[in-house]
Amino acid sequence: MTAILTYAFKNLPTTSKWALRFSIRPLSCSSQLRAAAAVQTKTKKTLTKPNIRNIVVVDGVRTPFLLSGTSYKDLMPHDLARAALTGLLHRTSVPKEVVDYIIFGTVIQEVKTSNVAREAALGAGFSDKTPAHTVTMACISANQAMTTGVGLIASGQCDVVVAGGVELMSDIPIRHSRKMRKLMLDLNKAKSVGQRLSLISKFRLNFLAPELPAVAEFSTSETMGHSADRLAAAFAVSRLEQDEYALRSHSLAKKAQDEGLLSDVVPFKVPGKDTVTKDNGIRPSSLEQMAKLKPAFIKPYGTVTAANSSFLTDGASAMLIMAEEKALAMGYKPKAYLRDFMYVSQDPKDQLLLGPTYATPKVLEKAGLTLNDIDAFEFHEAFSGQILANFKAMDSDWFAQNYMGRKTKGHAMIVEAYPK
Amino acid sequence: GYICRNFTESSALLTRTHINYGVKGDVAVIRINSPNSKVNTLNKELHSEFIEVMNEIWASDQIRSAVLISSKPGCFIAGADINMLAACKTPQEVTQISQEAQRTFEKLEKSTKPVVAAISGSCLGGGLELAVSCQYRIATKDRKTVLGTPEVLLGILPGAGGTQRLPKMVGVPAAFDMMLTGRNIRADRAKKMGLVDQLVEPLGPGLKPPEERTIEYLEEVAITFAKGLADKKISPKRDKGLVEKLTAYAMTIPFVRQQVYKKVEEKVRKQTKGLYPAPLKIIDVSLTQYSHFSHISFLYKFGELAMTKESKALMGLYHGQVLCKKNKFGAPQKDVKHLAILGAGLMGAGIAQVSVDKGLKTMLKDATLTGLGRGQQQVFKGLNDKVKKKALTSFERDSIFSNLTGQLDYQGFEKADMVIEAVFEDLSLKHRVLKEVEAVIPDHCVFASNTSALPISEIAAVSKRPEKVIGMHYFSPVDKMQLLEIITTEKTSKDASASAVAVGLKQGKVIIVVKDGPGFYTTRCLAPMMSEVIRILQEGVDPKKLDSLTTSFGFPVGAATLVDEVGVDVAKHVAEDLGKAFGERFGGGNPELLTQMVSKGFLGRKSGKGFYIYQEGVKNKNLNSDMDSILASLKIPPKSEVSSDEDIQFRLVTRFVNEAVMCLQEGILATPAEGDIGAVFGLGFPPCLGGPFRFVDLYGAQKLVDRLKKYEAAYGKQFTPCQLLADHANSPNKKFYQ
Repeated sequence: MTAILTYAFKNLPTTSKWALRFSIRPLSCSSQLRAAAAVQTKTKKTLTKPNIRNIVVVDGVRTPFLLSGTSYKDLMPHDLARAALTGLLHRTSVPKEVVDYIIFGTVIQEVKTSNVAREAALGAGFSDKTPAHTVTMACISANQAMTTGVGLIASGQCDVVVAGGVELMSDIPIRHSRKMRKLMLDLNKAKSVGQRLSLISKFRLNFLAPELPAVAEFSTSETMGHSADRLAAAFAVSRLEQDEYALRSHSLAKKAQDEGLLSDVVPFKVPGKDTVTKDNGIRPSSLEQMAKLKPAFIKPYGTVTAANSSFLTDGASAMLIMAEEKALAMGYKPKAYLRDFMYVSQDPKDQLLLGPTYATPKVLEKAGLTLNDIDAFEFHEAFSGQILANFKAMDSDWFAQNYMGRKTKGHAMIVEAYPK
Repeated sequence: GYICRNFTESSALLTRTHINYGVKGDVAVIRINSPNSKVNTLNKELHSEFIEVMNEIWASDQIRSAVLISSKPGCFIAGADINMLAACKTPQEVTQISQEAQRTFEKLEKSTKPVVAAISGSCLGGGLELAVSCQYRIATKDRKTVLGTPEVLLGILPGAGGTQRLPKMVGVPAAFDMMLTGRNIRADRAKKMGLVDQLVEPLGPGLKPPEERTIEYLEEVAITFAKGLADKKISPKRDKGLVEKLTAYAMTIPFVRQQVYKKVEEKVRKQTKGLYPAPLKIIDVSLTQYSHFSHISFLYKFGELAMTKESKALMGLYHGQVLCKKNKFGAPQKDVKHLAILGAGLMGAGIAQVSVDKGLKTMLKDATLTGLGRGQQQVFKGLNDKVKKKALTSFERDSIFSNLTGQLDYQGFEKADMVIEAVFEDLSLKHRVLKEVEAVIPDHCVFASNTSALPISEIAAVSKRPEKVIGMHYFSPVDKMQLLEIITTEKTSKDASASAVAVGLKQGKVIIVVKDGPGFYTTRCLAPMMSEVIRILQEGVDPKKLDSLTTSFGFPVGAATLVDEVGVDVAKHVAEDLGKAFGERFGGGNPELLTQMVSKGFLGRKSGKGFYIYQEGVKNKNLNSDMDSILASLKIPPKSEVSSDEDIQFRLVTRFVNEAVMCLQEGILATPAEGDIGAVFGLGFPPCLGGPFRFVDLYGAQKLVDRLKKYEAAYGKQFTPCQLLADHANSPNKKFYQ
């Protein structure tokens, strides 16, 4: 899940476009940026915030994203994270002692490497003097890693941060039952043979029943797919609409892959196996084929299927973010500014997957932007029914008034903007 | 109109009031929506419109299947119209109603065009019988959606084929459980039982309000299933498990079947003590129908049942309950959001439990940390038991429990909208806390006293703002007992009353509002009966015998056991207080009996000894042999002319009833209905008798007065019939319920 979100950032094309529009051919990156900002003030608002440092993305890389249970299945999460980190080192040639801090996001933690950021960084050859920590916030964990980095730089704590995300759904921690764990811990403490024997005599076969990590939300006991299906129904998103949108996503991804546009992917040599060079989950199908699938969660009449949902993914990503002046001083040509971010949360039962609806208008307003200022939105979500429901929610005055405390809808244009 | 109807659906919509339908593709969507009512009930108009609609659907070439759905959120069909049944004067009339419904449902069951019942909200009684006659059932999986056959609670039986179809659908044991207990079954359970075929999860907010869209969605899903059934892509038959198949097979063997029915009947007889005819009739009817469906005998039994006193009593209670679920004072000016409870004892914690789970922010204050801890644990355990029964999730339990703040001081009382004190029953203590509380609470805050006998006006005497002081008498255990007796004094303001009733209703209580006076209504009725209990014991009747006499009259708990449960010290306290207030009329038994018991530490269940001995884990309780000497020392000779089993029962009941009628006469009670509800739900007055007032009506005031006079001759004033009762005896047309 996270893996899909890990590379949430796309290069914001705005700077260069505006620069071109106003025929300013910059000599250096810094002048380009400054000029663009200066020009913007005349027509649009500046995005630079007073007294806050500009923060930039120098570069980012990721391993190919694979269906879980395929080539990465024998690895551990920190192996993937390490691959992303070495890829980043290679791509940016950043001297390792410059990196002030490393942060990774992950959803399901491998208990052996609970601070996976640190384990991966050490293995990847970063300085052992560079602190690292791991964050978790469900599917948005990697974004949390990134914005944590933004916070560290903005507050002056750091100048250079590596942020990333990793998920290995091929292997998840399955635990002994609580009864068995208690028995094992008590056995550890037992001093005499007699004590041990008496403890062992308490063993029952049902102690061996394993405990799986929760796929369902703890608060509602509902799985995400189930929630997505209900959300799609609440917004009357049809099965066909979902399949069409999923087909569109897969087709566009395929096109990008074929045209070599996925420049963030770094090949990964899996020990004992072939080198993985590209994502293996991009599989455009046909609407007819997709229509044949049975619903995956609400059986037998739901609309969310394996074909219109994202797959369970193994993968990792890493990116180098810096204070602008540091990046420029080091001679980098940044790819993007990190201007603003917004986290929202809602009712975990009925609005679990409605984050984009709430966050989009808020973050635009916070940044002083309107829809017209944005050329491309990128939403990372797991179910096409879900994102379509979000579009419909954003397009609804009724929803805005009754649930978002707004006078008018979030942003109708988004719906119009997405080509069918 | 007729010509139009042939051409368009929308005009059909205009001609009917309860049911209309539209056609989507080849599926007819039948919508039930009774006008001017929150619920749909099966009445004559709805029934005839349903037949009309079905005939049109069966006749139409365009329509291949149908969906039956209600337009009312929270209600599919709540059952047959009780007023329609109550209005019937003869068994034949009832029989006819049932017969018509039977015929319709049979036709529906045999429909060649599949009909899918899309159930959202209550689907009870006749509503469920209609649903099980359909070919397929889809229900919304929410808390409001419940299925059940509550007829037995009204003293009747499922009269439209439920006794026949349910055993075949869910198996004999489950069907009996439903029909004999009348319990509500939640949708997910119904799915497991095979009562419904599919579940639909309720939706959250979308492009419309959640309830509205959920019903739409239910309809959409039902339509796809209706199509699937018509196309034979979906089978209406459910896969039964091995156990289910085996039981179903076993039930086809007449010998096994008879044995099973016999067992059930024995159990029912033991539980109802023969006081309730309906459950036995249900078993009887169900047995004869299992192999062949015999209309006539069955229908007649239904008609008969509806005419019984028991049924009238139970239906009366139903109506009373509906009445006592309303706030006659209107909405209070300010909603109570923050509640404070003083005293974390059994009552205080109980009140806290029923408050926090309704979302009230509740401060529970006690004087000591151990007392407070005990109370908090009681609330937690109450919630956790619900988790064990899967009525709550552990997450819901935790977030509900967060509504409770435990404290030893008055911190935060400045936010309190209402304070309910449940401290020890001692006037000076109550005065002290009242003064302490009034120093910290805001002006609008209501002060309610949970006391079973102390007059509220005496408690309010030290108040700076007596208009805000009111009595809220809860019954133990608070989370199980439905009744709340609210006591208003002369000075209590209407808004304070409205507030108290609103809080009580929120807590899920059935509420009677009575005037202030010693013992209010409930305690006052119980006291003379308790005095008689003591006299009967003094006369040498064994507590076990007394218990069996009272339970066989219909009381849920025997009279001696009741004293043990309430607490001998409490009983003594009340007897003394009310004895002082009412004098001779409350005499009879010698209060010395209770005094001696208290001095020996026989306080009832809580001390382990009372009339009985209570031991942890021992189910059959034994008599406390140490009581023999006390009883022997206070023994009085029985009077043989009034000591038959029946006389003993009536001595108890007539004193109760006479006092109840006197409460109405004195204006303590506003209505007989409240008196009946209070007696049945608070004191366990036999439900089959419908409460003291219904009992007077059904048994006959004259007969009752005759009995009272007979006992008066033996014992004196305690049995003198009150004026109102005498009036009713003198004019046979006078009834408490017209």
